[in-house]
Amino acid sequence: MQWHSVGEFFAMGGYALYVWGSFGACALLMVAEPFLARRRLIEVRRSLVRERLADELESQQRTR
Amino acid sequence: MNPFLATVRRDVLLAMRRKSEVLTAVFFFVIVTSLFPLGIGPEPVLLKKIAPGILWVAALLATLLGLPRLFAADHGDGTLEQMVLSPSPLGLLVAGKILAHWLLCGLPLVLLAPVLGLQFDLDASALGVLTLALLLGTPLLSLIGAIGAALTLGVRGGGVLLALLVLPLYIPALIFGAGAVEAHIAGLDVGGHLSLLAAMLVLAAFFAPWATTAGLRIALE
Amino acid sequence: MGDHGGIEDCIRVSQSIVQWFRFASPQSFYPLAGRMVPWFWAAAAIFGIAGLWMSFFVAPTDAQQGEGYRIIFVHVPASWMSMFIYLVMAFWAGLGLALNTRVSSMMAQALAPTGALMAALSLWTGALWGKPMWGAWWVWDARLTSELILFFLYLGFMALQAAIDDPRRADKAGAILALVGVVNIPIIYFSVKWWNTLHQGSSVNLAKSSMATTMLWGMLLMALAFWMYSIAVALMRVRAIILERERHTEWVKHAVA
Repeated sequence: MQWHSVGEFFAMGGYALYVWGSFGACALLMVAEPFLARRRLIEVRRSLVRERLADELESQQRTR
Repeated sequence: MNPFLATVRRDVLLAMRRKSEVLTAVFFFVIVTSLFPLGIGPEPVLLKKIAPGILWVAALLATLLGLPRLFAADHGDGTLEQMVLSPSPLGLLVAGKILAHWLLCGLPLVLLAPVLGLQFDLDASALGVLTLALLLGTPLLSLIGAIGAALTLGVRGGGVLLALLVLPLYIPALIFGAGAVEAHIAGLDVGGHLSLLAAMLVLAAFFAPWATTAGLRIALE
Repeated sequence: MGDHGGIEDCIRVSQSIVQWFRFASPQSFYPLAGRMVPWFWAAAAIFGIAGLWMSFFVAPTDAQQGEGYRIIFVHVPASWMSMFIYLVMAFWAGLGLALNTRVSSMMAQALAPTGALMAALSLWTGALWGKPMWGAWWVWDARLTSELILFFLYLGFMALQAAIDDPRRADKAGAILALVGVVNIPIIYFSVKWWNTLHQGSSVNLAKSSMATTMLWGMLLMALAFWMYSIAVALMRVRAIILERERHTEWVKHAVA
C-alpha cells in the first residue's frame, strides 16, 4: 500500500483532476445508464397499464 | 444492349435532361474549395500544403450531395420496384446506376480537380497524382455512398443521415487519396497509396452492389 | 446396435438445440433476461471491486507517469468494450437479418447505446490522460482517432434505427449498416494508424510497452467488470424494447396485469 494518508490518496500525486475526472465520469455514466434503462422499462409498463385500463373502460361503455 | 449498359445510358440521359443537378454538385465543389483559403488565409506555402486534403474533402462532400438522388427519383415514380421485379439481376442494375452516378458526379470532379489544384499552386506532377488518385477514389465514393443511399431511401432526414452514415466509411479513401498527393509533394513513392486505393476500389466493386441491393430490397418491402 | 445409439444421440442433440431456439421468441426471452440481470450485476460488482482494489492499492506508482497512469484502468476496458460490443451488436443484427428472428435484432438495438457510451468514455478518459501526459486535450493518435470514428459508427447505427418507423425495416437496415461497419473497422483502423505514423515522426504511444503484472491484472479485472456491466444493462434495456415492440400481443397485455 503506497498511500500514507487519505489526503494523499485523493491527491493522486497531483493528477487528481484527471484520475478522478476519469473514474468519476465512469461511475456517473454507469449509474445513469442503468437508471435510464430501468426508467424506460417502468414507463413502458405504466403506459401498457394505462392502455389496458382505457380498453376496459371502452368495453364497459360499449356494453352499457 | 445488356441491362447494365441500358441502366447506365438511361440514368445519364435522364440527368442530361436536367443538367442543373449535375452542375450543382460541380459548382459546390468549386465553392467549397474556395472557402478554405478564405477561412485560413492566402499564404501560398500553407495553402500548397493543405491543398490535397481540401480538394479531397470537397470531393467527398460534393459526392455526398448527389447520393440521395441516386435512388430517390426512381423510387418516387415506381421505376425502382420495376427494377426489383425485372428478370435481370438487381445487382447488375444497381451497378449500372452506381456507374452512372460516378459518370455524372465523380468524373467531373476528377476533370475539374487539376484546374482547382492550380489555385493552390500545385505543380504539374502533383496535379497528375491528384487526378489519378481521384480517378481511383471517386468510384469508390460512389460505391460506398450507394449503400448509404439504399439504407436511407425514403427515410426522414435522409440527406443528413446519409452523410452521418457514409462519412466515417469514406475516411480510408480520404487518408490514402490525399496522402498520395502529399507523399508525392514530399518526394516519396506513391505506389503504395494508389495500390491501396485500387484494392479498396476492387473490394467495394464486389461488395457494395450486393449490400446496396440488400438495402434496396429492405427499403421496398 | 451402434446405429440406433447414433440416431438417439442425434435426436437428443437436436432436441436440446430446439429448446434453445425457444428463447428466440420475445415471450420466452423476456423473463429469461429478467432472471439473468441480477447475476450479471453481481458479477460486475465482484470484478469491479477486485479491479478497483488492484487499480488503486496494489498496482505500483509508475516511474514515468506517476499516479496519472491509473486512468488506463478505465480507459483500456472502455476501449475494449466499445470494440467488442460493436462486434456482438453486428453479430446479433446479422443473425436477426439471416434468420429473421426479432429477439436477435432487439438485442442489437439494446447493445448500441451501451457501446456508444463505452466509446464516449474511452474518448473522455483518453483526453484526460493525454492532457497531463502530452500537454493537449486531444492528440490525433491512431487509437483515439479510430475510437472517435467508432463512436460515429455507433451514432450512425442509432440514428438510422431511430429514423425508420417500421421496426422490422429498421432492424434489417441497421443489420446491413452494422455488417458494413464491421468489415470497414479493420480498414479504418489500418488507414488511421498509417496516417498517424506518417504525420507524427515519433508515434505517441498511449500503451506502455512493458507493464507490471499487477497493472495487467488490474486492467483485466476492470475489463471483466465492464463486460458484466454491459451485459446487465443491455439485458435491462432489451426488456424495455421487447415490451415496447410487442405491446399489441396477448402475453404482454397479461404480463403487466
